[in-house]
Amino acid sequence: MELVFVILIGVLYAGGIFMLLRRSMVRLLIGIALLGNGANLLIFLLGGITKGKPPVIGDAARVFTDIYADPIPQALILTAIVISFGLQAFAIVLLKRVYVLVNSDDLDDLNTPEEEDI
Amino acid sequence: MLIAVLSGLLFSLLYIPFGKYLKGRLAVVAALLPIGLFAYFCSFIPAVSAGNAQVFQYPWIPSMGVNLDFRLDGLSLLFSLLITGIGSLIFLYASAYLKGHPYLGRFYAYLCLFMAAMLGVVLSDNVLLLFVFWELTSISSFFLIGFNNDDAASRKNSLMALAVTGGGGFLLMGGLVLMGHLSGTYSIREMFASNEFLKAHALYPLILALVFMGAFTKSAQFPFHFWLPGAMKAPTPVSAYLHSATMVKAGIYLLARLYPVLGGTDWWTYPLIVVGGITMLYSAFHSIFRTDLKGILAYSTISALGILVFLIGIGTTQALLAAAVFILVHALYKASLFLTTGVIDHETGTRDVTKLSGLRLVLMPLAVAGLLAGLSSAGLPYTFGFIGKDLIYEATLNTGGAMPVILTSLAVITNILLLYAGLLAGLKPFTGSLPSSFADIHLPHWLMWTPPVLLALLGIAFGAFPALADTALLNPAAAAMINESIDSPLKIWHGFNLVLLLSGTTLVLGAVLYLMRKPSAASVTWMARFDHISPKHIMGRTVQYAAKSAAVYTKTLHNGYLRVYLLCIILFAIGLLAFRLFTGGPVQWTINELGPVTSYELIVAGILIGAMYLTVTTPSRLAAIAAIGVIGYCICLLFVFYSAPDLAMTQFTIDTLTVVLFVLVLFKLPPFLNFANRSVRIRDGVVATCFGAIISLIAIQVLNEPTDKTVSQYYGDNAYLLAKGKNVVNVILVDFRGMDTMFEIVVLSIAAIGVYSLLKLRLRASDKD
Repeated sequence: MELVFVILIGVLYAGGIFMLLRRSMVRLLIGIALLGNGANLLIFLLGGITKGKPPVIGDAARVFTDIYADPIPQALILTAIVISFGLQAFAIVLLKRVYVLVNSDDLDDLNTPEEEDI
Repeated sequence: MLIAVLSGLLFSLLYIPFGKYLKGRLAVVAALLPIGLFAYFCSFIPAVSAGNAQVFQYPWIPSMGVNLDFRLDGLSLLFSLLITGIGSLIFLYASAYLKGHPYLGRFYAYLCLFMAAMLGVVLSDNVLLLFVFWELTSISSFFLIGFNNDDAASRKNSLMALAVTGGGGFLLMGGLVLMGHLSGTYSIREMFASNEFLKAHALYPLILALVFMGAFTKSAQFPFHFWLPGAMKAPTPVSAYLHSATMVKAGIYLLARLYPVLGGTDWWTYPLIVVGGITMLYSAFHSIFRTDLKGILAYSTISALGILVFLIGIGTTQALLAAAVFILVHALYKASLFLTTGVIDHETGTRDVTKLSGLRLVLMPLAVAGLLAGLSSAGLPYTFGFIGKDLIYEATLNTGGAMPVILTSLAVITNILLLYAGLLAGLKPFTGSLPSSFADIHLPHWLMWTPPVLLALLGIAFGAFPALADTALLNPAAAAMINESIDSPLKIWHGFNLVLLLSGTTLVLGAVLYLMRKPSAASVTWMARFDHISPKHIMGRTVQYAAKSAAVYTKTLHNGYLRVYLLCIILFAIGLLAFRLFTGGPVQWTINELGPVTSYELIVAGILIGAMYLTVTTPSRLAAIAAIGVIGYCICLLFVFYSAPDLAMTQFTIDTLTVVLFVLVLFKLPPFLNFANRSVRIRDGVVATCFGAIISLIAIQVLNEPTDKTVSQYYGDNAYLLAKGKNVVNVILVDFRGMDTMFEIVVLSIAAIGVYSLLKLRLRASDKD
């Protein structure tokens, strides 16, 4: 199964990079989101994947009696998901605002006013 | 000693807050520092002339071999006296010259800084310390040349001077470090011991080249001479002090100081003779085509510096003694001429030698100073210049082989031209009839005319009574250069011999030249035709070319297209990662311990890849957003399968929110426009695939390495025992790493405020441009 993960990670990264290189701002944002997902999955995989053993201690026990999935990558990814949501939410609203101002979501259209200033 | 060297720095700091009180007569007070230092250094004359070099040591950075080691021998003493002696007069002179100038305090601060730096250069025994002071002189010179900072030419010339001397300093540092590294000590005194070793070393030519570059740039040797005439934009006291008497001689000092360590070989002699020879002839020739008094003096200074380099290149005892004498001779008459020029400029408002004449009638004491200094520079008998010139001829005549004829004729021609230049600067403004426009000129404040007169008189006094200076000052100075004692009193009269004949010839030809040739603007324009091949213009063009190529380079890299930046970064990252991956050991292509694959996992993976294909290819914005929603849910399912229920819940929530937000905000936007053509898409596709592949490969390498589970183990074991929670992930987030989570909440709140305010912000009509 690890190989499937590896392939998925590769696909997510490749797709993210490809979208980053587009001119459209919406695609840029999608690229960032995809890269974030790829990174999360990578961390998840590298921590070692375990099937069906969540890191939760049983009702009766005080310590683990069985093997369990590594909690640290999960804690990290949890944080990462939430933070990337904050980033995306802000970026989406910013994008909306830029669109209202310049009436385009072409990144190259953002160049021109700046260069005219110079 | 430490206090003596560093007092200048201290005073220059003090002038920053207190400089504004230095107004009017009070400015004279500033001269107390150099006068005091002069007296202090005079007190060392008996000990040093007896051959006892004074050594002062203060630890500074012992671990790096950098100590505040100061050593006062004959050479250092000669320079120290010049620096503080002429410095005293300059300080006095400047108090009158710049009277009422709003930045007088600043001026004295720079001047003090310079004096301290220069003393540091000539007294340091440690090469690294010497280098620090060396750079300080360049920097203070930069400030002083650009003192009139509202003048564009001043700023330009000060930058040029800094570029040339700073560049040379950079090379010099290389040379000094190399010397220190090879000889195992950074103390010049201790380097004497390893001079044979250094001279035989394979890197010896490199060391010499680096040291020479430092000395040549500082002392304005051809082809780096061009910054010095430009430096004449500085106020005249500065020109007199830095750019004729002291700072430009730092290069000479360095060569003289290192002569016992590096000198005496062919590698040393020929470059110095050639460069010195070219410089002295080239700029002496240039000086007679100038009409600006300061221009004449600048070129004749360069020429004099050329003579000094030339003499140190010859390197015989006689030549070194001649160099020591000539340093003093030149400092006295050139400073005097500069100060005289300063007064003329100050009073008449012009420095054009073709316009100036007859000033003896109104500026009598200065006429005396100009005459005496001019005569000293001409080398008339009973002036100090005469002795200096004789010694130079003697030195050139007494070199072996076919050299004497060439070297002596070089020296004679240079001296004839210099004599002309000296007379032009010292005599021409004062002779002839006084134009009516200058009739109401009156003598300035006595502080302005006594220094040049004093310096000129000293030149005569040393000339008439050479015993005043020879055994006390000049012999020890030359002795320091060859590292053994010399005792040869200077003589005025050598009897009828070849030297006298040459001296006479020089005088006669120089005088004839002065009488025959009148300076004119025509000759200046004639010379200007050759400007385009001068080193100054070549350097100017090089700088322009460099700036242009930098602009092209910047435009290529910084072109304003985000995707190009990203492409560069990604390509570089691919290159770097791939390089490390494929050179860092065997690359593994499979994973050693594979878990089993189930069909429903494969289906999820398939859906994810399909959604990805859709995201990348769809022309519809909404479809793309829906597709990333699908990708997010697939990942969520993967989390469910692999024991991460918390992740799955979070991913599910967040993904839903993101899609909703996207749709809400972007719903009204038009579909994607496909800007990129096919080839660009293929290129990006290849780059993206490479990157993805590299990441996958790295993941495989990491998976084949054992992972350390100590920390996870700790959290797992203690989640309930210490934190009373059974969901370990939650316990980590809210308990073990609770602080991190709190800051995460802060970040989210800030983002939320940003989102809210962007949404609420009303758009004014004027913003929509």
